[in-house]
Amino acid sequence: MTTAATEIATYNFAYLDEQTKRMIRRAILKGIAIPGYQVPFASREMPMPYGWGTGGVQVTAAIIGPDDVLKVIDQGADDTTNAVSIRAFFQKVADVAVTTETAKATIIQTRHRIPEHPLTAGQTLVYQVPIPEPLRFLEPRETETRKMHALEEYGLMHVKLYEDIARHGRIATTYAYPVKVEGRYVMDPSPTPKFDNPKMHMSPALQLFGAGREKRIYAVPPFTRVVSLDFEDHPFEIQTFDQPCALCGAEQVYLDEVILDDKGGHMFVCSDTDHCEKRQACGHRGHLAPEALEPAQ
Amino acid sequence: MYVAVKGGEAAIANAHRLLADRRRGDRSVPALRIDQIVEQLALGIDRVMAEGSLYDRELAALAVMQSRGDLIEAIFLVRAYRTTLPRFGYTRPIDTAAMQVERRVSATYKDLPGGQLLGPTFDYTHRLLDPQLAGDPDVVEPEQRETDGQRMARVSEILAREGLIEADGELPEDHLTGDITREPLEFPQARDSRLQALSRGDEGFLLALGYSTQRGYGRSHPFVGEVRIGEVEVELDVPELPFPVTLGRIRVTECQMVNQFKGSAKAPPQFTRGYGLVFGQSERKAMAMSLCDRALRAGELGEDITAPAQDEEFVISHSDNVQATGFVEHLKLPHYVDFQAELDLVRRMRGEHEKRNQINENDQREAAE
Amino acid sequence: MDQMDVIDGGFSAPVFNAQTVFRAVMDAMARPGTVQQLAELAQPPAPLAATAGAVALTLCDHDTPLWFDAGLQVSAAKSWLGFHTGAPSAATPADAHFALVANPANLISLENFAQGTQEYPDRSTTLILQVESLTDGTPLHLEGPGIEKSATIAPTSLPRHFVEQWKQNGARFPRGVDLILAAPDGVACLPRTTRIKTTEA
Repeated sequence: MTTAATEIATYNFAYLDEQTKRMIRRAILKGIAIPGYQVPFASREMPMPYGWGTGGVQVTAAIIGPDDVLKVIDQGADDTTNAVSIRAFFQKVADVAVTTETAKATIIQTRHRIPEHPLTAGQTLVYQVPIPEPLRFLEPRETETRKMHALEEYGLMHVKLYEDIARHGRIATTYAYPVKVEGRYVMDPSPTPKFDNPKMHMSPALQLFGAGREKRIYAVPPFTRVVSLDFEDHPFEIQTFDQPCALCGAEQVYLDEVILDDKGGHMFVCSDTDHCEKRQACGHRGHLAPEALEPAQ
Repeated sequence: MYVAVKGGEAAIANAHRLLADRRRGDRSVPALRIDQIVEQLALGIDRVMAEGSLYDRELAALAVMQSRGDLIEAIFLVRAYRTTLPRFGYTRPIDTAAMQVERRVSATYKDLPGGQLLGPTFDYTHRLLDPQLAGDPDVVEPEQRETDGQRMARVSEILAREGLIEADGELPEDHLTGDITREPLEFPQARDSRLQALSRGDEGFLLALGYSTQRGYGRSHPFVGEVRIGEVEVELDVPELPFPVTLGRIRVTECQMVNQFKGSAKAPPQFTRGYGLVFGQSERKAMAMSLCDRALRAGELGEDITAPAQDEEFVISHSDNVQATGFVEHLKLPHYVDFQAELDLVRRMRGEHEKRNQINENDQREAAE
Repeated sequence: MDQMDVIDGGFSAPVFNAQTVFRAVMDAMARPGTVQQLAELAQPPAPLAATAGAVALTLCDHDTPLWFDAGLQVSAAKSWLGFHTGAPSAATPADAHFALVANPANLISLENFAQGTQEYPDRSTTLILQVESLTDGTPLHLEGPGIEKSATIAPTSLPRHFVEQWKQNGARFPRGVDLILAAPDGVACLPRTTRIKTTEA
């Protein structure tokens, strides 16, 4: 008997009952076999609210085992409250080892970011997805969007992106930027900033997506082509930042803007807290790092 | 200096301690007991059981207590518990004609076999606050007549004898009853799955939709054929036994809405039906459900789909309050990564806009000079 | 048929054994052509082999009609699976969520199984093919999602005209069947996206 089983005698390992796990596991296998296609699954009520990661939690619960090392991030950070809450849930119901280090994790559950540290073969990235249907805001009806996917009829999406260009001079989508997977399905990458889109392309890691409220699971296998939609005269571009991280000096990473006072003072720091801490531990310093402000005595 | 939001775990633990304190309130006031909630807040319990899809008064009362009286939170607690329970099988359909009826009213007949029974209703009470209740006055015992044990025919059966009302829909021989808690949602839904979704749907949402059909958004000329409330037996077929096993009795509210229908290319002129069935005593919910059920049958009966209440995807996708509250409330989770992306975009577009205005102004100035 | 054959030989630790097997199958499906090692976790009656039996215990239940090939149809293995998983028999291969195949060399052609629909391509049969080896057969050079450059497996035995059948399966994408190859020492998978490179000499 594992410690997890004795501590919470009334719930199964990893909370879900075995029948539910089997159902989710079957959906995951089909998702992997049809990259980018949203597999319907009979999502369960979870002990956290819909919209708070129930899809990701169900996927993680269905794949996790005693040997896994779990990392949970929200907005790139391990210490945001919902990430803390989900990590604590799995410690409680699966007695699983946890880490904040991207490289040490076997399963990383994420909301809104892909870690900066490159993922490796054998790792699984589990995304929490609010609205899995990339066409939903163009066509609210599931019956219609399903047909569009079936017929590979994505003209509406291109029209929308092109209208952006006509109106704003650029594609005005900054997150949840649609991608095409392996040349077939248009897929919502979840509300990650488009900065992270290129990391999905030919990633050595397995990427699984869980949408609990909308009852969909989808997947991008490792080494799969993931291309952000664009036009020849308006190629896809990621966000760039004018300055490096104020704490660790990192460039070419995604930064959060932090307000310092009520006079407009702000600074930019890594959104990926693990990445930032690792760099600081290696001696990298940004212009507002504590040691930079107060030189060692 | 940048201070990272550290110590999330401690913050959560402290928040939960404060919540526990606020839930209990002033310690000098005696704590509520589960049995008090079960007995005296019975209709709140009924709603939690109906929308939580779990018939258990004590657990529903516990959920109401734990949620500080927030019924949607209580429904959520019950759902999250229910989903972990093993599934042993599916009971036989309950027979509401064999109901031990406590209330039964029909608006379509002055009197009918079995009679009109008002039962424990707020109807015809004058909604005047009763300060005496605060003093826990003695309550007289109610008068109740003995039941005669007879089946009480449903109004739909009475109309059916004349052939004026549509029959119960025939289902294919091999049709397995759907189970929305076990199967992924798929549109269009079969009526059994749709009724399940409506039965656990949010009372307020269905009420508003039902109301909208009365005001002309998908009008269906409804009459309350009957509403009945009472207890029915729940029976399970066990393959090894030649007779069904009685599991117990549950209280349900059933509403048969009868709707005038002029006929269409698909169906002859007749009365059509909308059906509502919910756990416990909830006439408002059962009636609203039957209005919505009828509205959602528009396609099947060859009517134009013009109103929100007739739109199956719209109604069913948004009727579940556990889903709705989760997603609405998730907006308070941090979204700063995406907001940053939008900030950047708006700043750039704003910059370009100002630059364009500058150029335009310069051009105008030059033209004027 | 010996009653004990039907009851014995399930997982000794159902929750954790199923998780172990699932992760092996998931990794194999995500990385076609790799062989995911699996210890012997189930002891089904012949002709069902340990690995195929363990995969079936992991994935099948009341909700998944099973199709059995001729050898399994008349065996204790069928009752064993019924007892341990509760899975019903599929009336036809086109109704099967999973197909269990003890002798792939004699398998009916893949197009007989559920292919899914254009709207729901996930509603297709997953075939669990019991193979003697993943290295001793004719090498298949694979490419597609999950494969960085190329991968090679050499399963034996495979269904007749497999390369041609597999090409047709791929042409049906997004419809099509997926294969789990269960060998004595592990599993490999061929999802419908995997292409077999044919080197025209």
